[in-house]
Amino acid sequence: MDLAKLNRVSDFEWRIAPVAGMHVPAVIYADESLIGDMDDKVYEQVTNVARLPGIVKASYAMPDAHWGYGFPIGGVAAFDPERGGVISAGGVGFDISCGVRTMLTGLTRMEVEARKVELADALFAKVPAGVGSTGRIRLDPEEMDAMLAGGAHWALNEGYGEPADLERIEEGGTMQGAQPELVSSKAKRRQRDEMGTLGSGNHYLEVQEVAAVYDADAAAGFGLKRGDVVVSIHCGSRGLGHQIGTEYLRDMAIVAECEGIYLPDRELACAPINSPVGQRYLGAMRAGINCALANRQIIGHLTREVFAALFPRAHLELLFDVSHNTCKLERHGIDGESRDVYIHRKGATRAFGPGHPDLPDALRPFGQPVLIGGSMGTSSYVLAGTAASEARAFSSACHGAGRRMSRHQALKTWRGRQVVDDLADQGILIRSRSGRGVAEEAPGAYKDVAAVVDVSDAAGLARKVAQLVPLVCIKG
Amino acid sequence: MPGSGDWELFPHGADVGVRGHGVTKEAAFANAAYAMTAALAEPDQVRPLRAVEIVCAAPDDELLLVDWLNALIYEMATRKMLFSRFTVRIEGEKLAGEAWGEPIDIARHKPGVEIKGATYTALRVAQEAGGRWLAQCIVDV
Repeated sequence: MDLAKLNRVSDFEWRIAPVAGMHVPAVIYADESLIGDMDDKVYEQVTNVARLPGIVKASYAMPDAHWGYGFPIGGVAAFDPERGGVISAGGVGFDISCGVRTMLTGLTRMEVEARKVELADALFAKVPAGVGSTGRIRLDPEEMDAMLAGGAHWALNEGYGEPADLERIEEGGTMQGAQPELVSSKAKRRQRDEMGTLGSGNHYLEVQEVAAVYDADAAAGFGLKRGDVVVSIHCGSRGLGHQIGTEYLRDMAIVAECEGIYLPDRELACAPINSPVGQRYLGAMRAGINCALANRQIIGHLTREVFAALFPRAHLELLFDVSHNTCKLERHGIDGESRDVYIHRKGATRAFGPGHPDLPDALRPFGQPVLIGGSMGTSSYVLAGTAASEARAFSSACHGAGRRMSRHQALKTWRGRQVVDDLADQGILIRSRSGRGVAEEAPGAYKDVAAVVDVSDAAGLARKVAQLVPLVCIKG
Repeated sequence: MPGSGDWELFPHGADVGVRGHGVTKEAAFANAAYAMTAALAEPDQVRPLRAVEIVCAAPDDELLLVDWLNALIYEMATRKMLFSRFTVRIEGEKLAGEAWGEPIDIARHKPGVEIKGATYTALRVAQEAGGRWLAQCIVDV
């Protein structure tokens, strides 16, 4: 991206003043190196979002921002329904409520190393992953609706997980306001075989070691100690969410045209929040969030079963489960008043600061855990929301590294087998049914996640708590 | 099977673009579908053993392309199939087509990523200089 087009506010904040139809400025959080590497499309997309009706304060891009659909991936934007604000299916994305959950195991690396191969094989056998894979759970229409209304709470009632899990999941495990009846039969059909599956692409289940602790108090509060082993699961709402996104994107493209909403890019398709389509999407999208929460709850349970069989001493305790593709109604301080706005986070993680009333008691002193995924060979990070984060970008932070190389180029550069062997030499066991998928997701195809995390910390979006390095990765 | 100049994949930051060319709009739609199979597997390894009928309608060509690709994505996801041969007929706002393929065989098809949906990004249906048709968009994987 051309730095000359930006106003430098600080070493980590860049501003684009409103021009040509922008209702608010655009703000990009990055250092000079990250922003220099960002695609010009991020500039185009973050300024396009600033042109949507009812946007509040600014259109934001996180340090890992890259070219998305309509919204940049790593985009955050708030809309006020009382001021004509809109909701955008593209601003949430196809994988509604894609997110990360991290579970503590109570084991050390030394304990896990001895049975690492067995663990990798057992997880790979237990957790369905990859194109065409199916889960063992089949839901009849009534059960499907109950799942879409109840989320992780539903899963718990079905025997997946432990009661203590719920308070460690956003929304207490159930997104209120879900309307399963607004989810099409096609979306439900697409989900029929996919409960408890990881999916493919950048989704994974990783066994990780806590390699470094940066904030001793927060790490202790989160239960993270150097040398401990944790498990992180990255996946979303599977086919159901994809189909909801597909259908409402189309409805909104037509509605926006009828309502005379100017769309600089059709992918920005949106509808006023206070419109029939806007309200229907909200109800369906919230059901999609519950699907993702239930899905990760089930996979968490399957993971516990594997650990229980191999490590009788292990008790997998949920640290946190947080989504990075959502639109949520939240109260934020804006222009000196407290207002209810709809926050789109597209490839961005919510990051409530210390003391936030929505956090469980045990986490409240430290801020919300912000879980940042890596890519097989690279580190993942645990961060915590800061007091400053609300003023920065409505309590939001990055979500991962972001790609630096297209899938096409990655396929030309690596062979899946070679990537698996190279990582095995580093002590990282990969299990995947797809050599092509592994090549496309090679660690070298991604930007430096450490740089993204450092900038998030320096910009005050979230502060670094711990670094996690992979030991085993089940790749979709 | 379409010729190598009839379809291509083009890069997108996180995902992939699918592009079909053809002497008719219908051929460009069919070749864009072939490119979409190439985005996740080896299309020449997919045997056209069974046909699935696709019907869709949209107010303009670009929405129709997205609807066509999304209908195929739905059939791939729910039937656990891959497709390699396509026929397309377009009359006004309506498309009727067939997709020929077979159940996914992991060993033979070597699928990479599943496709979540066809997007409106880089979406274009147009007749180019020389008269050939182009149909393209980014698919989210």
